[in-house]
Amino acid sequence: MTEIILQGLLLGGLYALFALGQSLMFGVMRLTNTAQGDFIILGGFFSISMVAATGLSPGLGLLVLIPLAFIAGYALQRCVLNYTLGRDPLPSLVVTFGLSIIIQNFLLEMYSADPKSLEAGSIALASFSISDLTVGVLPLLTFGIAVLATMLLQALFSYTSLGRSFRAVSDDREAAQLMGLKPAIVYAQATGIAFMLIALAGGLQAMRTTIAPADGPLLLLFAFEAVIIGGMGSFWGTLVGALLLGLTQQIGFRLDPGWGIWFGHLMFLVVLVIRPQGLFPKTRG
Amino acid sequence: MLRAQGITAAYGDAQALFGIDFSMSVGEIVALIGANGAGKSTFLKTITGLLPLRSGELEFEGQSLRSLDAGDIVKLGIAMVPEGRRLFPSLTVEENLLMGALSGRKGSWNLSRVFQLFPILEEKRNVPSTSLSGGQQQMVAIGRALMSNPRLLLCDEISLGLAPVVIREIYSALPSIMEEGMSLLIVEQDVQLAMQASSRVVCLQEGLVSLEGKSSELSRDQISKAYFGL
Repeated sequence: MTEIILQGLLLGGLYALFALGQSLMFGVMRLTNTAQGDFIILGGFFSISMVAATGLSPGLGLLVLIPLAFIAGYALQRCVLNYTLGRDPLPSLVVTFGLSIIIQNFLLEMYSADPKSLEAGSIALASFSISDLTVGVLPLLTFGIAVLATMLLQALFSYTSLGRSFRAVSDDREAAQLMGLKPAIVYAQATGIAFMLIALAGGLQAMRTTIAPADGPLLLLFAFEAVIIGGMGSFWGTLVGALLLGLTQQIGFRLDPGWGIWFGHLMFLVVLVIRPQGLFPKTRG
Repeated sequence: MLRAQGITAAYGDAQALFGIDFSMSVGEIVALIGANGAGKSTFLKTITGLLPLRSGELEFEGQSLRSLDAGDIVKLGIAMVPEGRRLFPSLTVEENLLMGALSGRKGSWNLSRVFQLFPILEEKRNVPSTSLSGGQQQMVAIGRALMSNPRLLLCDEISLGLAPVVIREIYSALPSIMEEGMSLLIVEQDVQLAMQASSRVVCLQEGLVSLEGKSSELSRDQISKAYFGL
């Protein structure tokens, strides 16, 4: 049982990284990025290409990719997504859905449908034992990165001028303009940060397992479930939601190898019925 | 310092301002009065850049505001206390005040001076702004605007929804925030209050200036006629 809990929490750490970018974008601009999973897979493939092209180690390759992801996210928001924002959520849903299709086809064209992975070397197989438990180093590292990312995001929101700007624009866009903020730029900064998390999640997913161009929608589903279980716009809530999702899936996998993901969906439905606002709504700030 | 000539503005197809001519000088306190829908708040929104001009000219200290957005206009020294206060609910009192200083000018207004003006805010600096009473929230809204060290302060309906004693407290603070070179444009539904607080009154009716004059010289009849169009 302890091992199931441990493996579930470690899996949940990765799901938290899938979901944090989604939580950030929704929290700041009420934008639901339906291409979140595809961007994660795109990040995974780009990290594979980056490592192959430069010969860098996977960790260093990711470190190079992350600032580039910020620029890509910033540009996407400034040039495309800002024009979809407004009272009607439909334009942003339709545009990100379109982006999802474009990314999947782009990846098929560039990388074929074959699954690929990022060779992480010895760290991928490294593990250590605590009494009779075996803990993988890479999943533990991923979990640590997820917790650290959540802490940093929360600190950014709570204690920095940028975080105040994010919250102010999210609260009242017009009043924020009266303070001299330019919402189009604030939104672009938020999406830039979300894309740094997306690149990180993509690289770690490609290290953990194989990725294929059609994987995005399933990752989006996990991200969605984690965000909604935790409560929209709450980073700690998202982390807890992701950990619960990972844990429930792991319990399902143990009962029957085909039940894992289904169990996760069941838990998500139960939370929706009992507490539709999520476990920790709007706890940020 | 502020000059508007033939200002027209609209919300989509609905035109709200039909050619407003207006000016005010440095150090003046002007009250803008008029019935609901007369265009008072719309006029303030055009000054702050929240609503684009359709036509006409708008200048602040000789510089045209036509192509500037709200952020640039704050930097020039125009700040607004918006109707309904519009505080940021997820920010504390202090964080709300700091937002005002984000893009403003350098000057003597800072947190400690705002706390000196409204001491209650210092006690409540770390609480969410939504947990304050209406009057205290209005103090935060005024303090937030002052934090940008404005040369022109626009106050939109600052007495709305407040108890008379609180209104008196807030209005009594206005003269002390006037600095050399600072001007105040007050939009106010309460005509009597507006007359007392200002040196000059401008009345709007259906998007046009219907009356203008010194607060001390205008008669009740003149104002009623300009206000209601009777």
